[in-house]
Amino acid sequence: MDAEIELTVDGRRRRVSVDTRTTLLDALRQRLAVASPKKGCDHGQCGACTVLLDGRRVLSCLTLAVAQDGAEVTTADGLAAEGPHPVQRAFLDHDAFQCGFCTPGQVCSAVGALDEAARGWPSAVTTDVAAEPELDRAEIAERMSGNLCRCGAYARIVDAVQAAGRDGGAR
Amino acid sequence: MAPPVQPREMGRDLARRDGPDKVRGLATYADETPVVAPLYCAIVQATIGRGAVTGIDADVAAALDGVVAVLTPDGAERLADTEDAELAVLQSADVAFRGQVVAAVLAETFEVAREAADLVAVTYRDDGHDVRLSPDRDDLYTPESVNPGYPTDTHEGDVAAAMATAPVTVERTYTTAMYHNNPMEPHATTARWDTSGGGHLTLWDSTQGVHPTRKTVATVFGLDPHQVRVVCPYVGGGFGSKGTPHVNVVLAALAARAVPGRPVRLALTRQQMFALAGYRTPTVQRMQLAAERDGRLTAIAIDVVEQTSRIKEFAEQTGVPTRTMYAAPNRRTTHRLAALDVPVPSWMRAPGECPGMFGPEVALDELAERLGMDPVELRIRNEPEVDTETGKPFSSRNLVACLREGARRFGWADRDPRPGIRRHGDWLVGTGVASSVYPTMAMASSTARVRFAGGRYTVTIGAADLGTGSSTVLPQIAADALGVAVGDVDVLIGDTAHPEASVAGGSSGTATWGSAIVEAAGAFRDKFGAQPPDDAEAEGSIQPNEATERYAMSAFGAQFAEVAVHADTGEVRVPRLYGVFAAGRILNPRTARSQLVGGMTMGLSMALHEQSLVDPRFGHVVNHDLAEYHIASCADVADLQAHWIDERDPHVNPMGAKGIGEIGIVGTAAAVVNAAWHATGVRVRDLPLTLDRVLGLTG
Repeated sequence: MDAEIELTVDGRRRRVSVDTRTTLLDALRQRLAVASPKKGCDHGQCGACTVLLDGRRVLSCLTLAVAQDGAEVTTADGLAAEGPHPVQRAFLDHDAFQCGFCTPGQVCSAVGALDEAARGWPSAVTTDVAAEPELDRAEIAERMSGNLCRCGAYARIVDAVQAAGRDGGAR
Repeated sequence: MAPPVQPREMGRDLARRDGPDKVRGLATYADETPVVAPLYCAIVQATIGRGAVTGIDADVAAALDGVVAVLTPDGAERLADTEDAELAVLQSADVAFRGQVVAAVLAETFEVAREAADLVAVTYRDDGHDVRLSPDRDDLYTPESVNPGYPTDTHEGDVAAAMATAPVTVERTYTTAMYHNNPMEPHATTARWDTSGGGHLTLWDSTQGVHPTRKTVATVFGLDPHQVRVVCPYVGGGFGSKGTPHVNVVLAALAARAVPGRPVRLALTRQQMFALAGYRTPTVQRMQLAAERDGRLTAIAIDVVEQTSRIKEFAEQTGVPTRTMYAAPNRRTTHRLAALDVPVPSWMRAPGECPGMFGPEVALDELAERLGMDPVELRIRNEPEVDTETGKPFSSRNLVACLREGARRFGWADRDPRPGIRRHGDWLVGTGVASSVYPTMAMASSTARVRFAGGRYTVTIGAADLGTGSSTVLPQIAADALGVAVGDVDVLIGDTAHPEASVAGGSSGTATWGSAIVEAAGAFRDKFGAQPPDDAEAEGSIQPNEATERYAMSAFGAQFAEVAVHADTGEVRVPRLYGVFAAGRILNPRTARSQLVGGMTMGLSMALHEQSLVDPRFGHVVNHDLAEYHIASCADVADLQAHWIDERDPHVNPMGAKGIGEIGIVGTAAAVVNAAWHATGVRVRDLPLTLDRVLGLTG
């Protein structure tokens, strides 16, 4: 069964017909030719498909498109609409990627994670959940652990996210 | 071989040329190649471990709205060449392993293709399967050679006699698990068959080598290579699993040929990658070490048992590093295989060296323990003067320098050798060391073309960048070879329209393609001088390196790990992991560091997490996704550093560079396991280092 929905993708309003089984990821990649988010597992296990949905990071492969009628989707490409986002600049400066396949998801996830920290949300490694979280390496690594990277850029990713956090990367 | 190239751009810390596209997600991978109205191909996999398909009822699937074709062994095109049984897809009813392709569906949408694949009803004759690897099997056999052509066994002196008379010996068996490469980008192809002009096949494929893939596909379909174009601007990781074409590439081409003019997309699911895209065999390594009381080895031996598939042999060269690593007058290495009803094993990052430096490097740690000797010193004491395998001197060998520099950086000097005595709160802490090695190789052939136009130089070569940085480093080589600034050079790769290049494998890419570029630049300058006219063009190919006849060539390294084991739960953390490498000239410190750190991270992952678990009742990998096949995540990595020593080697290639893509994963697991012993006093000899093992609860 098909359904007509409307999404705002990277600032552009798009009407699209989807199968009710179509994930947000496949709607973007296969029906709207927005290929910035990647399909690494299709089961919410790797994070490569991470996008910002109404400002929060979500796994687009675990999100049915038909349930997101009217939503605003931002991909890593959309983050760079006015030049590289501070997180993207930090990834470039720190060489925080190799093959690049997980990178758009890492970037969206980092933007989401910095925003969550700025809102005071604790993580599993936050010792005092009532206090403002201090974004040290352990905090960043914990918050970024939903995004797998087989090239093994984690050490650099933490460097990059930490630097972006200092530069107001939540934006 | 051309004379050494003077480094001006080589060695500079330059950012990746493809970085800006990658951080936005604009780099185009195979499954997102822009094509009009593609069909989606979904695979039906065998649900038995061995036998045959007796019937396929595709009527319900075919009747589904949007289904264009169902491909089965009965109706599929006959391939011209089925010698490679892994690639002979849909050519017979036989099933050789669980998960093998038995049918495929082509449909207008991805959702319909998946649904239709589920609706294809397959019946089988189940002949029973055998997937149990054991060193006690009575049908182990001796392969003719081991990958990629090494002798299967080597013998020198008398190991048994040395073991009988030496004052100190170690005789132990170590095992490594079955591993799956799991690049983040699943294997994918967009394929189109155009019938005009005798037919032309275009494959936008995720591959480590466009030309090798073209050659294989042309052979399988009986096409002239010029009828096939393979394009691959970006690869979302490969780690060997995209080094040789697997069945998905052939199936994508076969499907495209069934619907001329329509592009077809075929991406393996993550689960399918555990049956169809290669893996590293589990290994059983029986080690023997004999030593004098001063630590000098009198014998070293490794006897390896591993698996291959019944339909195609792949013999991992696990015993090979033991042939060249340490001096000892009595030596033996052997490989025996069990041919099982399993998927076809293949290359995974540092085949041979990666698993083959686990047993020996843990055994050395056990020897150091028995000798009461520092494990760094024990390795230094057994440094050979020449390559123990060939008798040739090394073109450069700086293992000792790596060990000493690593020890200095890590703060090894104050180490108390006693195990199980350092407790920080609930955590037992220890440190360990292991050596790394990887042979320095170049492929026999690769060609590059240099063209000058509009004030810029464009180099074309069918090379690949799997994230290694070659699209950034090759321009540095080209600039120095041409004597111009790197900013004046463009390098185009990843297309069979470019001159023919070798596979990105064996850490040989930069050495091979760089040598071709140096030759092409030399030919260009010989022909046109320093002021070339527009459209000036010249080609050059890698030349034989006569120095390989005089020297043995390898990169070396040393890895130091600090491990913390929770005293109650057995949780293992690695707060520090340092590697120091000697790999010739480092052409770009930024991308090189990422490669070495990445290799070490994958080694850490192997040490702590990775294992593909086969259910012998059904014959498949049960943990076939990223929720259950655990790889290292961000939180597993703490203080992880890669360094290198300044090594000059004029013999290896005109750039003086050794391959660095694989050495980072070699030795890591041993260093971690040795550190875990130092932390706890429990010696784990089987990977991964799970908490039940490190608590000494299981073997």
